[in-house]
Amino acid sequence: MSRRDGMVERRGWGYWLSHAGLILGVAFVFFPIWLAFVASTVSQTEIVRPPMPLWPGDHLLENYGKALASGVNAPVALMLMNSAIMAIGIALGKIAISLLSAFAIVYFRFPGRKLFFWLIFLTLMLPVEVRIVPTYEVIAGFGMLNSYSGLILPLIASATATFLFRQFFMTVPDELAEAARVDGARPMRFFLDILMPMSRTNIAALFVILFIYGWNQYLWPLLITTDPAMNTIVMGIKQMFPSGDDIADWPVIMATSILAMVPPVLVVIGMQRLFIRGLVESEK
Amino acid sequence: MATVTLENICKSFGKTDVIHGVDIDIADGEFIVIVGPSGCGKSTLLRMIAGLETVTSGEVRIGGRRVNDVEPMDRDIAMVFQNYALYPHMNVFDNMAYGLKIAGKPRAEIAERVAGAARLLQLEPYLDRKPRELSGGQRQRVAMGRAIVRKPAVFLFDEPLSNLDAKLRVQMRLEIRQLQRDLGVTAVYVTHDQVEAMTLADRMVVMHAGRADQIGPPLEVYENPATTFVAGFIGSPPMNFVPVGLVGLGAPEGTVLGIRPEHVELVSGSDRLHGTVVYAEALGAETLVHVRLADGTLATVRQDGTAPTPPEGSDVGLIWAEAHQKLFGADGTRL
Repeated sequence: MSRRDGMVERRGWGYWLSHAGLILGVAFVFFPIWLAFVASTVSQTEIVRPPMPLWPGDHLLENYGKALASGVNAPVALMLMNSAIMAIGIALGKIAISLLSAFAIVYFRFPGRKLFFWLIFLTLMLPVEVRIVPTYEVIAGFGMLNSYSGLILPLIASATATFLFRQFFMTVPDELAEAARVDGARPMRFFLDILMPMSRTNIAALFVILFIYGWNQYLWPLLITTDPAMNTIVMGIKQMFPSGDDIADWPVIMATSILAMVPPVLVVIGMQRLFIRGLVESEK
Repeated sequence: MATVTLENICKSFGKTDVIHGVDIDIADGEFIVIVGPSGCGKSTLLRMIAGLETVTSGEVRIGGRRVNDVEPMDRDIAMVFQNYALYPHMNVFDNMAYGLKIAGKPRAEIAERVAGAARLLQLEPYLDRKPRELSGGQRQRVAMGRAIVRKPAVFLFDEPLSNLDAKLRVQMRLEIRQLQRDLGVTAVYVTHDQVEAMTLADRMVVMHAGRADQIGPPLEVYENPATTFVAGFIGSPPMNFVPVGLVGLGAPEGTVLGIRPEHVELVSGSDRLHGTVVYAEALGAETLVHVRLADGTLATVRQDGTAPTPPEGSDVGLIWAEAHQKLFGADGTRL
């Protein structure tokens, strides 16, 4: 951000001090990531010999290549794809379902409308971990263990997103719905042509949050995927840790960790541009 | 182009009755203005014609066809909303074309009709803009364009000018009237502004507490108000009301005499009616003199701006020609 000369602000000690504090904080948080990156660019022998190296080595391509192509149990490329399918599936599924249920709750008067809203709201208080045993039972019953649908479906109902879209729809002026009705738009047409485009800022913001939520799922994939080919990356990292006397291949594990961080970062950066543009453009 | 008939229309929201039986016959090509204070049910009435509100009892007919249970889109109407209700994510062209697109009209015809409306409303340079990039008056025009392109039989306006500033309001008022004449479309226009009602209407409907107090041409309503409410609502400043006892008129108890401010003249001494001047508002072309009568009621006298203004606190007499006075019964209706 550029500072204009005319700005009425005096830069005393406080200015530099607060910046120093913030930079120190950033460095503090970033240091472990830096160490992980360094560890992913050196050889196994360099890692285990103290002191730990602080500057990148020359094994970057070798380590990352090994991780992507073969990994420890399953190739990281495959795990990345599994995670991507799961995270995108959860994000899109959640958005689709919550948009529709918010639309129903705000624009239609049906018997039990309040009841359904509160039922949805109630699920806010029941995270996956709480209902994990019955959910496992259901998914196993449907034969969905070790499948993408098993990974995605139990996680796509979202009270938070429904609530968010409900609040947004309630701010859309009624005249807009009426104008669309006079123009001859049936409810679903109004939903697709008017409401969806108007919600794109919210959709972009939610996509970021939900993608990361899906990407970071750990317990659920750990429970229902036994086949290494279905491993997601977050649980896959854990699977790479040696059990017993095996030697951990730290450079490959660290390369995997760094790779696991890349997609969420890309989503945040990519979508950020989109939803900031949406914020500037949208007006009710 | 069509007639619109409302027959004994009633509307209740739950247990509250808001409209108690309204009958209006609107001729083909007529400009009808429904005017009244807020909460009188005028917007509800319009929304029932549009089909946005269900009719509790009675019948709405457009072009002779009963439309009580017909969807808005099939009623052959177009509506202009108070806050324009433009689709914020569509440009001006798409806003106007949306209804036609849904109706499945061919592309070429849509383009032609939108272009025609844009020419008529001087919107041609703005077709690619989004509503937020337009001024209030331009948005208003787009909302009208959206109504025009559908070539409806009836135009419905729900306080379309109340979000505009005063100068633009006058200009748009003229444009709406001109447009309606040129297109020859029947129009129903709701407003709380009596000036709009007076200037636009072929006939106006004065609504009061869910009833149509009077229906008639603006000047007829002004000259011959049917109730004290109409007399007080139409005309600014409103008609003066004086208890008959004060002027020594032989009439039943509770009768009120109404006289327009411009029909009253101030004289230095009178045996008919007198009071003290409270204050005078000099508006340039005219001066409004407020007078407190013997029983405490306030009366307004409108006199020419060049006439001498009596000083505050002075005692003045009020006279008028008997032909101008109107008598209202205790229940508010004309005698």
